[in-house]
Amino acid sequence: MFYLNDIGKYFIMIRMSFFKPCKWKILKNLIFKEINDLIIESIPIVSILSFFIGAVISIQTALNLTSPFLSKSLVGFATRQSIILEFAPTFMSIIMAGKVGSFITSSIGTMRVTEQIDALEVMGINPLNYLVFPKIVALLFYPFVITISMFVGIFGGLLAMTFAGVPSEAFITGIQMDFEPYHIFYSYIKTILFALILATVPSYHGYYMRGGALEVGKASTKSFVWTSIIIIVVNFIITQLLLS
Amino acid sequence: MIEVKSLIKSFDGNLILNNISTKFVQGKTNLIIGQSGSGKTVLLKCLLGLHSPDEGEIIFDGVSNKNMDEAQKTLLRREMGMVFQGSALFDSMTVLENVMFPLKMLTKKNDDEILERAKNAINRVELDKAIQKLPSELSGGMQKRVAIARAIVMNPKYLFCDEPNSGLDPKTAIVIDNLIQEITKEYNITTVINSHDMNSVMEIGEKIIFLENGTKNWEGSNKEIFSTKNKSITDFVYSSELLKKVKKFL
Repeated sequence: MFYLNDIGKYFIMIRMSFFKPCKWKILKNLIFKEINDLIIESIPIVSILSFFIGAVISIQTALNLTSPFLSKSLVGFATRQSIILEFAPTFMSIIMAGKVGSFITSSIGTMRVTEQIDALEVMGINPLNYLVFPKIVALLFYPFVITISMFVGIFGGLLAMTFAGVPSEAFITGIQMDFEPYHIFYSYIKTILFALILATVPSYHGYYMRGGALEVGKASTKSFVWTSIIIIVVNFIITQLLLS
Repeated sequence: MIEVKSLIKSFDGNLILNNISTKFVQGKTNLIIGQSGSGKTVLLKCLLGLHSPDEGEIIFDGVSNKNMDEAQKTLLRREMGMVFQGSALFDSMTVLENVMFPLKMLTKKNDDEILERAKNAINRVELDKAIQKLPSELSGGMQKRVAIARAIVMNPKYLFCDEPNSGLDPKTAIVIDNLIQEITKEYNITTVINSHDMNSVMEIGEKIIFLENGTKNWEGSNKEIFSTKNKSITDFVYSSELLKKVKKFL
């Protein structure tokens, strides 16, 4: 019953964030600011993590391909599949739930604690449109981050194999082997859904938090836990629907 | 003028405001006083429209909140200015941007007009030298002044202040109280102040409503408060050692 109430409030919050819009001139600036905070500033961490995890995936795959009958190009194939299907969209989103999600919850939560949200309401401004809507729009650019993650991850794998003495031609052949464009479609569908989750679940936890500074920290942790759980569950549902 | 009629508000079965009826007079500083937990903030939030009353009505210059649709409520809110207890300034904006914010969001004025009006409001609270500072660079008293400037920049009909001098030293608190009173007279607005500060009561309490456990226990002015026979208000007024000693000399 308690969770049903939360789910209802969450969907009402999303709906309300599209109502009573602020002036476009203001909203445009807010959207650009959020794109910078949530997307552009995430690119360095996403690139570093993707590079090294791509490298580790290829090393571990190569380590397990001990049979002389198996082609070295399989390493490239396995790296590509792991990164495109799972690592870049899903696990990068869980990492982003920590980075972007905590930022969203703590910034909105602090505004709640310091009565800044009440101030917006008293002025007759829709706080949800002012605070949540720009984040939803900014995170529509999230597939761009995931695209970078895919490229850098595969590049990390290629570089790791080159250092390990595997010919880069074999790895590149593996990357091109049995390429299914549908997998890219599946991956981006997931990414867009995760972007919506990343924008709205942490906003919900920040917006409806109560208490003081300590509760802001607690709300950020709770937001990370719930965002991660929801991403994993949605990932399972989407995979069942699109791949099984 | 704001008229409150038989206002009742409860949260999760706990009665917070019990049948409150009063009038807040235009051009005067109206104070709501009472102990912590007496329902002052809830009453103020009901006036602001942040809480909906369970029963009763609030009449703003002849128009009842019961007869207002959402659009009218939004318009009414634009006629309200609010000074929050913690000032509630936007951290990432400078003093000027904070004061310009409601004008930018809610009016169709051009940038020059907005700038001029914001500067006038900042000059009114004597903060023209701090115009480019961030709230974190200001003292508590200066933050309150910025909050007042932001509240009056839209030329409101109603000004609400929640504990405007909490956390301030007595001298700065009097300056803020006097500033609010001056603005009330100058703009001829209905000002409602939530306070439990006896200095404010004595300085600017032109009309005082005393709340106790969610009910209105007493109503009067700062001239009447010291001569009343009401035990609850006498206990509240003379709760500090300083005022107990002063009472002996009266």
